[in-house]
Amino acid sequence: MADLTPYVLLVLIGFLPNEVWRALGLVMARGLDEDSEIVVWSRAVATAILAGVIAKLIIFSGGALATIPLSVRVIAALCGFIAFLCAKRSVFVGVLAGEAALLLGGYLFAG
Amino acid sequence: MPKTATFSSPAAAFFGGVRSALTSVFFLVLAGTYIGMGALAHDFGFSPVWLALSTVLIWAAPAQVILISALGTGSAAIEAAIAVTLSAIRLFPMVVALLPLLRQPGTRLRALLLPTHFTSVSMWVESLRLLPAVAPEWRIAFCNGLSFGYMSTAAAFGFVGSYLAAGLPPLFAGALLFLTPMSFLMSTARNAVALIDRMALIIGLIIGPLLALFHVGLDLMWTGIVGGTIAYAVHRFREAAA
Repeated sequence: MADLTPYVLLVLIGFLPNEVWRALGLVMARGLDEDSEIVVWSRAVATAILAGVIAKLIIFSGGALATIPLSVRVIAALCGFIAFLCAKRSVFVGVLAGEAALLLGGYLFAG
Repeated sequence: MPKTATFSSPAAAFFGGVRSALTSVFFLVLAGTYIGMGALAHDFGFSPVWLALSTVLIWAAPAQVILISALGTGSAAIEAAIAVTLSAIRLFPMVVALLPLLRQPGTRLRALLLPTHFTSVSMWVESLRLLPAVAPEWRIAFCNGLSFGYMSTAAAFGFVGSYLAAGLPPLFAGALLFLTPMSFLMSTARNAVALIDRMALIIGLIIGPLLALFHVGLDLMWTGIVGGTIAYAVHRFREAAA
């Protein structure tokens, strides 16, 4: 019989602690409309949390990304964002430019 | 804004959503992110089937990365669960902000269960962008199709990554992991048209890492509450002044 432990852990440690916030959102969102002040505030909070996640992924990287120097990661992100602005806010151009800068910097300044 | 999109049936709206998913930039982003995730799962000894199931059940890349690396490095279960739940707090305000776009008078709670589970960064960003141009009665089906398209893409490329993992050099594996923050950053910036959204983005980018640097507990939650509230206060102040 296959070992089911990783699947039990997936549900208990992965699924439930993650899903609880969605369920809470569903309960709290009842009766609110999209222009209500709490929804406007919630959207700003979600955006700020997302921004925090983005910055942490770049600055406190894990795995293979941690082998690329911090300065290269931050400068590559800035290059991507500048390209994004120059290309009429094209997500595709921004991501591509950031990746190109990361690969170049990672190659030249291997840690 | 383009003219309002209407559909002939719920199935047509669903497939309209699937098509939007497969032709958006997030298709490439999810493909890259989940190839990276497949490589990570492979490194820590998780099967591709396990990864696919985690994609369907968790459906949040940061939580999946945390779960895989925590279990893989032998962290205590409770510690891993706390890290996962902290990373998932952002889903709460996302659901609160999304559901009013989907709900109509008379919408049943169970019709909102799937969109609630499907709520994640990619789907949320694209839903807020696309849904206002979809006729209200088709929004739930469209949103489910959009999410189904994204989730299938992610699950499929997780398999690709698991099988590629053996041969990927670290620089390229790192570049794949870099896709997640890059794509999240650009897509959030594209959506941030109003001052309140731009302020929330900028303040979050600054105080998020600062709080983490000083090991403030629940740093992401505080980033959201402080950053979001400052942005909201400035927005209210400007409205009152206008």
